[in-house]
Amino acid sequence: MSTVAQGLKPPSGSAVARSPREGTASWPLADRIGYWLCWIVGIGLCLIALAIVLFMLVKGISYLRPSMFVESPAPSAVQSQSGGFLDPIVGTLIVAAVGIAIAMPTGVAIAAWLSEYRRPAWLARLVESGVEMIAGVPSAVLAIFGLLIFARGFLGFLSETDAGGTVSGKSFFAAGTVMAILALPLIVGSTREGLAQLPDRLREASFALGRTRITTIRRVLLPAIRPEIASGTVLGLGRIIGDTAIITIVLGLTLTNEGVGHIPVISTLRGTGSTLTSYIYANSPAGEGSAPQKAYAAAFVLLMIVLGLNAIVTRLTNHGGPAAERGRAYRLLRFEWIPWTR
Amino acid sequence: MDPLMPPPVRRITLEGNPYVAPPRPPANGHASAGPAAVATRLRAPRPASAQVRERMRIESVWLAYGENWVVRDVSLPVRQGEVLAMIGASGSGKTTLLRSLNRLTEITAGAARAGRITLDGQDIHELEVNDLRRRVTMVFQQPNPFPMSIFDNVAYALAERPGRGRRRRRSPELEHAVTDALHRAGLYDEVAGDLDRSALRLSGGQQQRLCIARALAAEPEVLLLDEPCSALDPISTATIEELIVELRESVAIVIVTHNLQQAFRVADHVAFMHLGELVEYGTSEQVFDRPSAQRTRDYISGAFG
Repeated sequence: MSTVAQGLKPPSGSAVARSPREGTASWPLADRIGYWLCWIVGIGLCLIALAIVLFMLVKGISYLRPSMFVESPAPSAVQSQSGGFLDPIVGTLIVAAVGIAIAMPTGVAIAAWLSEYRRPAWLARLVESGVEMIAGVPSAVLAIFGLLIFARGFLGFLSETDAGGTVSGKSFFAAGTVMAILALPLIVGSTREGLAQLPDRLREASFALGRTRITTIRRVLLPAIRPEIASGTVLGLGRIIGDTAIITIVLGLTLTNEGVGHIPVISTLRGTGSTLTSYIYANSPAGEGSAPQKAYAAAFVLLMIVLGLNAIVTRLTNHGGPAAERGRAYRLLRFEWIPWTR
Repeated sequence: MDPLMPPPVRRITLEGNPYVAPPRPPANGHASAGPAAVATRLRAPRPASAQVRERMRIESVWLAYGENWVVRDVSLPVRQGEVLAMIGASGSGKTTLLRSLNRLTEITAGAARAGRITLDGQDIHELEVNDLRRRVTMVFQQPNPFPMSIFDNVAYALAERPGRGRRRRRSPELEHAVTDALHRAGLYDEVAGDLDRSALRLSGGQQQRLCIARALAAEPEVLLLDEPCSALDPISTATIEELIVELRESVAIVIVTHNLQQAFRVADHVAFMHLGELVEYGTSEQVFDRPSAQRTRDYISGAFG
């Protein structure tokens, strides 16, 4: 119905008044001070972020060698013989994969139940405050708690049991599970936010066609908030990758990834290891300080990973047209390959 | 003040205002009040012998939200082969009554009801609710397509799970059911080229016809329309009105509308509701041309509303 003619203008003789650009000179003093404070703080924040990236870039690149990506760390006081950080990179990937594999389905299910069912109401309120509480718990506390659980005898199959029958409780399984708890509130939060944004008429339309609540959630609501679920997941991923306390306490902080048992994948998952964050911690001047140059190089790699995740979140939350009209990678990142999100 | 009295009407005169184009004299020569002055009936008058079959029956129905009874003691028949229009001012309870026909009022917490509604002789509250909603489907005021492809939107109303994307094959029966529904809603020719396009890319009128197609896909016995054209432009409205008149043979249609001209154009029977009560029910001719109640006369002539 766009029947408005284009290109029409007021007659050439008429004076066109445009709203003037407002200067701060006419503002009250308090407003001007506030305005300039905002400027200073904003610019300051940008400078700090820039400084971190530049510092890590310069330090990291000067110490980074391609061989570091393929060599395992070795126990040596000599820098040139202490190897690379292949194991920590692999460790980071494993912990992230285990954590997200647990946290995403659980988080989405909790969020869907909280927003769409909320019955019984007292339980919903309890779960709500539980999720909020987890979001506020320091990761070191979560880690200690996790160790307590996974060191129980009946969970011995998830980690190593020594000759005396003591369960260590330290493994990729254990660390991944504790990491899932860490990421859960972020995924629940962004999924709930997405569900709350959906208009009620979408639900009504589905009910009016005789579809059940669960079908509505699975086939209409969750696919509609795919970007929100994806960005919550990526945020959770960033949280997992960046955490050190849980790795130190529940992953064992061994130099290389030590398998337990003989089944190929399971043995690694049952075993201990390290991640990039714990590698940085162990090698930095604050830790044992044996190889600060390796720490700088690893920190640079970690920073690049986190910045990459940030970029992904920015792209995902940027709603732009139906996903079907975007590229393959875009659909992949929006979790379109998982059947229930279709 | 008597709560049943309509509020006083403020009249705005247009005479002598240089910024408003002067009203054109009515084309048919006489300025009479009511929709008959500007609208013509889309449907041909039905012969008395036409096949009309009663599908639903509303018997002394009362409906409330909390303690507020918004529908009071309404009885109406819903027949296949004709269009029933419910008219009335805002707050007259017509939308609530419509929503109670497929038990959509039950979604609202605190909704209460009394009385009986039957579908083909069976009390709808004894039917399985999702089964009922597949037999009595609804189209809403705002077009509300799901954020998926046109095909999936229609297929969603069918029990079968639709094949997604181009890799998984769709069954020929599903394909046929979807295109058939799109044909019946008069949308097929416009979208035939690409049924995999996102439904959100359609225009408002097309979206609403897609919603009608979706509502028809389940082969319902009754189609409920809640002001289906109020968010649409006049051209889309005309298309949908023609569609409603066509569809009445195969499905019983109840339409709620604010728009008197629309009721006049499409309805065979008209129910006028006011403040929760059914004031008048009769054929379109009776209600529009020879209303018996004073309140109907006032509403139709535009004294309030």
